[in-house]
Amino acid sequence: MEYFLTEEQVMIRDLARKIAEEKIAPKAQELDEKGEFPWEIIKVLAQSDLFRVFLPEEYGGLGGGVFELCLVTEELSRACSGVAVSYAASALGAFPILLYGTEEQKKKYLSDIASGKKLTAFAITEPEAGSDAGAIQTTAVKDGDHYVLNGTKCFITNGGEAEIYTIIAMTDKKKGARGASALIVEKGTEGFTFGKEEDKMGIRASATRELVFSDCKVPKENLIGKEGGGFIVAMKTFDSSRPGIGAQAVGIAQGALDRAIDYARERVQFGHPISSFQGIQHMLADMATQIEAARALVYAVARMVDKGCKDIARPSAMSKLFASDMAMKVTTDAVQIFGGYGYMKEYPVEKMMRDAKITQIYEGTNQIQRNIIALALIKEAAKRRKKK
Amino acid sequence: MEIIVCIKQVPDTADIKIDPKTNTLIREGVPSIINPFDTYAIEEGVRLKEKYQGKVTVISMGPPQVEDALREAISLGVDEGVLLSDRAFAGADTLATSYTLAEGIKKIGKFDLIICGKQAMDGDTAQVGPGIAEKLNIPHVTYVKKIEEIKDDYVQVERLMEEGYEVIRMPLPALITVVKEINEPRMPSLKGKLKAKNAQIITWSAKDLEAEEDRIGLQGSPTQVIKIFTPQPRGKGETIEGTPPEQAAKLVEKLRETKIV
Repeated sequence: MEYFLTEEQVMIRDLARKIAEEKIAPKAQELDEKGEFPWEIIKVLAQSDLFRVFLPEEYGGLGGGVFELCLVTEELSRACSGVAVSYAASALGAFPILLYGTEEQKKKYLSDIASGKKLTAFAITEPEAGSDAGAIQTTAVKDGDHYVLNGTKCFITNGGEAEIYTIIAMTDKKKGARGASALIVEKGTEGFTFGKEEDKMGIRASATRELVFSDCKVPKENLIGKEGGGFIVAMKTFDSSRPGIGAQAVGIAQGALDRAIDYARERVQFGHPISSFQGIQHMLADMATQIEAARALVYAVARMVDKGCKDIARPSAMSKLFASDMAMKVTTDAVQIFGGYGYMKEYPVEKMMRDAKITQIYEGTNQIQRNIIALALIKEAAKRRKKK
Repeated sequence: MEIIVCIKQVPDTADIKIDPKTNTLIREGVPSIINPFDTYAIEEGVRLKEKYQGKVTVISMGPPQVEDALREAISLGVDEGVLLSDRAFAGADTLATSYTLAEGIKKIGKFDLIICGKQAMDGDTAQVGPGIAEKLNIPHVTYVKKIEEIKDDYVQVERLMEEGYEVIRMPLPALITVVKEINEPRMPSLKGKLKAKNAQIITWSAKDLEAEEDRIGLQGSPTQVIKIFTPQPRGKGETIEGTPPEQAAKLVEKLRETKIV
């Protein structure tokens, strides 16, 4: 398919692909097995300027946006989704600062994120507050020129490895969702420690960890946006980041399809390569078609985000929902094409199936995505009715 | 520190095809890359620049498309690319190539260290590096696996041997050829690629170099390739075991059997 990339976007995609093929793919199995954070690869990504692609030039970026982030995330995911999410989570953590940060905050944090010197993480989820983000218990109480943080965040991607954390905490519990605020917390701040490291089903190269705040004092300058504006910050951040999850899903699925085709051409049963059987051929055709449909949606939405289109929540949710459900199906089919070998860890597709699963869950479960889409549909219909 | 890195563009395949009539490489339809051994030379040059400041210039001789290889080197951190390109350079053997590159280096002017890959993947001669050093009348060390230290007037290197390595110190300016053990070449950067896209590649002809006509190209190449072939792999050897006197006895017996003694 032709997506009319600019010369610079082709350069970005090709470099990400080269790194994925030469530096990541050979290590993917080992990273998955050991569950080790891929610092060596993150350094290569940084040195190659890939953290610069989604940030403006005035903060050390290359002037791209969500679309460029998606191109890189997709290519990295073809080789190892655990590496890709460690990369993409740094964009997720940077978006609140980029979207709502003050000029000082942008200057202070974004250039280190662009150079890849510092990773970031975004933290909203808590043990009792997953899909129900309004149930957040972590508090940030203003005390002079500081906020004092108390509480625990869980399942935080890049937790422990990142230097810069953008977190959502309640500055006024009585106000519910309108009492939440976004704050920047730097690693090493007194009272900020890391708890349990999760042992995950997939994306095992990535770090997922608890953040523990215990009377952690954060300067009031670290507030992102307005006090009480935390949920807006979070929702707008997800609007920008969800196409990235879509791109991750597209990459995982593409990686699985590439391997399934290679395998089908080599595997001989009944005296013929299994790729000569129509049953397999139709599976491959469906997989490729579904991937392309998801990619087209993800790219279109990423471009909408970068153009500053309004009402992005619905398309953004759609790109994440469709691509992640597609990836789960395509990777499951890839395992099927590999047959018994596909079920074995010696072959790469079972990892992809495990990796695909999380894309249906994080950054809002696919049930939440459907809620967002349906709510937008109903609101729009109500608006139309009013106009009549 | 002024560093010059010499590179060659080669066909991207380990499976080189030879034209049986002319005994030269068939280049048609094969994509070109920087000779893999030269990528270590580029990386080492860039690392030295990062450590000691200065400038890295990359130089190559070849047809106009070699510009792509020079741009790739710039994307990896090299500052400037020089291409020696002229129909008169065509058909050069290692002698004429060494002469031509040496003339190009003279025209660049000042340098402290010249770095080459240990050999080209297509020709496998390993002669051009030392050849350049001879033409420039500077010392050289081949198969360098580590640069231990560089001072104003000398460089100390480790030279890879079949078993172990030698430590050699030589005065600057000098030339080294490097082996893959010396470093791990970096990936290009996007900033480097953008710089490479807009970089001006300096191109010099035979006239620009004021090169002697009978020392360049086919005319300056005394080498005649009679035949190119892959040698038969050597058969497995036999190990003679036992105490030294036993081994000696067995060896003499073998030599008698084969009528060598």
